[in-house]
Amino acid sequence: MQVSVQSARVTYEGAIAALDGVGLEIAPGELVSVVGPSGCGKSTLLRLIAGLIQPSSGSVSLSGQSPRAARGSGRLAFVFQDATLLPWRSVAANVALPLELQRTPGRNRAELVSRALELVALGEFARRYPDQLSGGMRMRASLARAIVTQPKLMLLDEPFGALDDITRHMLNEELANLWARDRWTGVFVTHNIAEAVFLSKRVLVMSPRPGRIVAEVPIPFDFPRDPALRARAEFAKLTGEVSRHLRGALA
Amino acid sequence: MIRARNWVLGTMLPPAVFFALVVLLWQLATSVWKLPTYLVPTPLEVFEAGQEHFADLLAATRLTGAGALAGFALALVFGTATGLLFAQSRIIERSLYPYAIFLQTVPIVAIAPVIVMWFGHGFSGVVAVSFILSLFPIITNATAGLTTIDANLLELFEVYDAGALAVLWKLRLPNAVGYLVTGAKISCGLSVIGAIVGEISAGFGSQSFGLGYVITAATGKLDTAYAFAAILCSTLLSLAIFTAVTLLGNWILARWHVSGPRRATVKP
Repeated sequence: MQVSVQSARVTYEGAIAALDGVGLEIAPGELVSVVGPSGCGKSTLLRLIAGLIQPSSGSVSLSGQSPRAARGSGRLAFVFQDATLLPWRSVAANVALPLELQRTPGRNRAELVSRALELVALGEFARRYPDQLSGGMRMRASLARAIVTQPKLMLLDEPFGALDDITRHMLNEELANLWARDRWTGVFVTHNIAEAVFLSKRVLVMSPRPGRIVAEVPIPFDFPRDPALRARAEFAKLTGEVSRHLRGALA
Repeated sequence: MIRARNWVLGTMLPPAVFFALVVLLWQLATSVWKLPTYLVPTPLEVFEAGQEHFADLLAATRLTGAGALAGFALALVFGTATGLLFAQSRIIERSLYPYAIFLQTVPIVAIAPVIVMWFGHGFSGVVAVSFILSLFPIITNATAGLTTIDANLLELFEVYDAGALAVLWKLRLPNAVGYLVTGAKISCGLSVIGAIVGEISAGFGSQSFGLGYVITAATGKLDTAYAFAAILCSTLLSLAIFTAVTLLGNWILARWHVSGPRRATVKP
């Protein structure tokens, strides 16, 4: 799914603009990261693309359609900072939720759910409940719920922000593999520079008040990405570059 | 086994010892200071009164219990329904909430006679008073449970274009379960108070009567020992209902994998 945001402006009632003059083109099957300091409007940008909020001026289109029209039939998935699971549902039932809401026939549901759970290595935990899982496993369940509808566009809002570094690295690799497998279009918001560089083909740097995109750093490494990539000099050079842009944005 | 025995020793024994001590001191105090029975009966006299009127007390406890449970059940149904109404829009909630607070702030003793007048002397009047007293905690907790929803979960449902009915059925109502358990725990105790207050106003006939009637009738005849026995019965009834509701509630919470709201909504 192609994402096109044109000179979008978002203002919350009375306050200064959360986003101003944001333009963004993402090609189908491209995985892009957005980094920026907290409060720079990264989450607002994702919600704008998802059609959860409307721009006060400018436009958003997803493969030529409005976000609300384009997101039907589970074509769009949103992963939140918290796992955002329903505590009263088992892992499998949580993953099945988007299918229920999209009225997928029950016969296909079980199959889609178990395949999504296998992909995030949670097959054995299908019948557990969220309160019986670790934070990393809950986030895997959240990822399984996002991929279960086989979306064309995946929006991720700092999904690994609350996890420890080791778990975060593992989930970064798994997410990169999931992407390499299905090649959905992805927008990954984070304030972790290494994560942004490791995961994406392109890193967009945002500055706050009002939120806008101030720099763009292409990441040339091939997929699937090797964990050892993080130790390479080119990797450090790229994180350094993104970091420099971020400092510039804050100055 | 050992754990269960430790639990019994740890939680049941201290209050039991304290109870025995209080009864002993009470018995001693009444005999040392020679307090008249019509003011303070001895524990033994209370026990004897209980034995003497055992059949009446049992029937009265049953009737009060039935009135309280009926009032409580009605409060659960109507309270949840009102919560559903409040959860529909802020405007409805804002216009009706002050009147819900009225339920909580009006002294129940003051309006009980009027309610009994409207709903009839006897069982229906008692149920009505019990219902009105136990309604408020259910309304506030149901409303809180239906509206205190993680904003991200609402966004998740919106991303999949879930309709209002799906949000209600798959998100708001399940989310309210923990809150309703809390509301029920508060409300069930109030329902017994309501039933007894109702009985004090409603009276019943001489054929069938509840604990409220027994207490007023016995104190009227200065049969304080009998009144004490009836008070003891109402305490035990309250305790039994509260324990049953708590156990059932904890079972539901465990099955629901929620711990209930961290802060209970009790006061307006």
